[in-house]
Amino acid sequence: MLEVVVKLALVAAAFAVLPLLVGQAEHKVMAHMQGRLGPMYAGAFHGWAQLVADGVKFAQKEDVVPRAADRWVFKLAPGVALVPYLLVLIVVPIGPGGQVVLDLGLGLFFALAVMGVGVIGAIMAGWASANKYSLLGGMRVAAQLMSYELPMVFAASSVAMAAGTLSLQGVVGEWRWWWLPWQAVGAVVFFVAGLAELRRPPFDMPVADSEIIFGPYTEYGGLRFALFILAEYAGIVVLCALTTVLFLGGWKGPFLNTELGWLWTSLKVAVLAFLVIWLRVSYPRMREDQLQKLAWAYLVPLSLVQLAVTGVLKVVLG
Amino acid sequence: MRNYFDSYIVLVALLLVGGGIVGGGLTANRLLRPDRPTLEKLTTYECGVDPVGEGWAHSYVRYYVFAYLYVVFAVDAVFLFPWATVFSAPGYGLTTLGEMFVFLAFLAAGLAYAGRKGVLSWV
Repeated sequence: MLEVVVKLALVAAAFAVLPLLVGQAEHKVMAHMQGRLGPMYAGAFHGWAQLVADGVKFAQKEDVVPRAADRWVFKLAPGVALVPYLLVLIVVPIGPGGQVVLDLGLGLFFALAVMGVGVIGAIMAGWASANKYSLLGGMRVAAQLMSYELPMVFAASSVAMAAGTLSLQGVVGEWRWWWLPWQAVGAVVFFVAGLAELRRPPFDMPVADSEIIFGPYTEYGGLRFALFILAEYAGIVVLCALTTVLFLGGWKGPFLNTELGWLWTSLKVAVLAFLVIWLRVSYPRMREDQLQKLAWAYLVPLSLVQLAVTGVLKVVLG
Repeated sequence: MRNYFDSYIVLVALLLVGGGIVGGGLTANRLLRPDRPTLEKLTTYECGVDPVGEGWAHSYVRYYVFAYLYVVFAVDAVFLFPWATVFSAPGYGLTTLGEMFVFLAFLAAGLAYAGRKGVLSWV
């Protein structure tokens, strides 16, 4: 009982801290890569206090709910967008043995299902705002979810086939180094599809500011808006954690897997999070039709090929 | 069976924690933030011009075909998961692998058909 309570507290703490770390890293990495001076002033040294300043700003802003909006759905949406990412963390193992809150038998399935719920928050926001631009943004979110959920599920089930289990703890237990080349296509498909589901650049068509203001979040301000942004960063943490666990061997490192498992997991997650930020800085936003084409013409066929490769090799070797 | 549901109690607990984080944050925020609604402030924001008509405008959802495709494929994909855990178990092997290729062939054929019908190209 006590163990579970401590673990829940740890997950809640990780959920409160990690997204902010990613946010801070994004400020700094983007500032350096693009020569942005804005986030380099607050708090003197290297602009360390920028995130704090942002938080204070959000907290004291008025919470405006437009008259035309569907009030309840509008107010509920940020919660629906944020909380699922907290729930996914419950099945993510950071080390061998009991270093996971809940070793769910169908952990992989659970993680994918709950991650999908997060997107519904954005669709709710788009609908409830009663704003034409928000509605268009919400529609784009829905379109993106539908196109990219499929390759993501296929890539994930390829890992399930390789490991012969749906438990995330079990997947890492089965993982060997040669899975890296074996599941490489699946890993790329999973990561890219995950980015698209999180609506991260270059897949940020739903919030394209030059076309539809800020998409589903146009009418939001203050803390509710901050919750949406937090959900995006929490989503990055969850996506990187899942990619690490499924494709990069989770807690398995060069040495001391049992003692330093948490360190290897965190390192891999951090590197992937950096990659997410790097991609944002490097690629321009894709057009809506390019987005759909990438999913249906490339990612889905690639993930089907990965399923075939996984199946054949598994049967031949096993 | 009892154990099976026990593990989900932890999940419910975490759901409550999550609700507490969001709800508590918003309640604390209520004490901090000003609240001075005016008629203008509560107007829908559309590029600074007063909105014409209502926000829930009718629009042509061009990608409804994708929605059909997704539903068809996703229902198939769900069955992959239970199958994935047993397909290479002793006694299955080549048979289940053959079944997988039948499954993949169906999906690929469906995708190719949609492509030939011009569903996947937008403009």
